[in-house]
Amino acid sequence: MGEVIVVTSGKGGVGKTTCSANIGTGLALSGKTVALVDADIGLRNLDVVMGLENRIVYDLVDVVEGNCRLKQALIRDKRYENLCLLAAAQTKDKDSVNPEQMQKLCLLLKQEFDYVIMDCPAGIEQGFRNAIAGADRAIVVTTPEVSPVRDADRIIGLLMSNGIDNIKLVLNRLRNDMAKRGDMLTIEDVREILAINILGVVPDDEIIVISTNKGEPAVANQHSNAGLAFNNIVKRILGEDLPLHNFDDTDNFISKIKKFFKIKIK
Amino acid sequence: MGFFNFLTRKQFSGGIAKNRLKFVLIQDRATCSDKLLERIKNGILEVLARYIDIDNEELDIQISRDKSENNQDLSILCANIPIKNIKKIE
Repeated sequence: MGEVIVVTSGKGGVGKTTCSANIGTGLALSGKTVALVDADIGLRNLDVVMGLENRIVYDLVDVVEGNCRLKQALIRDKRYENLCLLAAAQTKDKDSVNPEQMQKLCLLLKQEFDYVIMDCPAGIEQGFRNAIAGADRAIVVTTPEVSPVRDADRIIGLLMSNGIDNIKLVLNRLRNDMAKRGDMLTIEDVREILAINILGVVPDDEIIVISTNKGEPAVANQHSNAGLAFNNIVKRILGEDLPLHNFDDTDNFISKIKKFFKIKIK
Repeated sequence: MGFFNFLTRKQFSGGIAKNRLKFVLIQDRATCSDKLLERIKNGILEVLARYIDIDNEELDIQISRDKSENNQDLSILCANIPIKNIKKIE
């Protein structure tokens, strides 16, 4: 029996879909079978981030309504064996699915896959309730700014009151240079304010934009800071006890030289 | 960080953000727990009613914030429960 992990945040635009794509791909690269589920019905996104937008025939609502079998709607990613995507419907709205149906779907998926990664829509309405209905644990994504942290706190409360106790935080888009000079919330600040375990810290890295442009998750590129960060997150999900990586290398003399040569070699 | 920032003692925005968040979350958490408070209230009433007569109208339950001795934030549940009569239990 697998495990359903919902990736949620409350606030939109903090990187839920990017996190889902990278965590899912990373788990698949570690040899686990993974189903990525886009629960953002009406605003389908995970398919483009994964580069699978041209292969969708059936979607989540088709499965729930019985228009197709689950197997038919699962898109197998040819680049990463073990990885499947269940896309969100683009033309329907959030109310076309209810929490009971999502629970049933999660049970089915758990029998087939080691991990089910559920990409939750922004907000705390029906779409959120659907996405968390079948979840065993949750990853809350936030960036180090006031409004996403505030929303993360609200989401953590809602998850707990829905019986999900295993909640961990991903701090996304941290700018170490700003945090260091005191102009951004630090890892410690966020940990203290939200009183929650931190699963990982992802630095603000242009590789995320580049990899999303191409439809290839950054986790596959271990040479990037963000790729490395997502790899560490995946290892922690799999039970490894890794210290939080400090992505300090922009200030480091040796890494500056390394960077210089990397550019030369290209 | 400029050298003159030290002289002007400008507060860095990260610290401002942290303080604002701490304050706003205290308020948020208090309003979120309205339903919870109602349930706690009913639970306490149920237990107490076995032993004492309570003035339900005057009952007041609140969660408030305070500082502990070592200056840490504390949540305190305050219940004012006027007793009408204590039941005699054989």
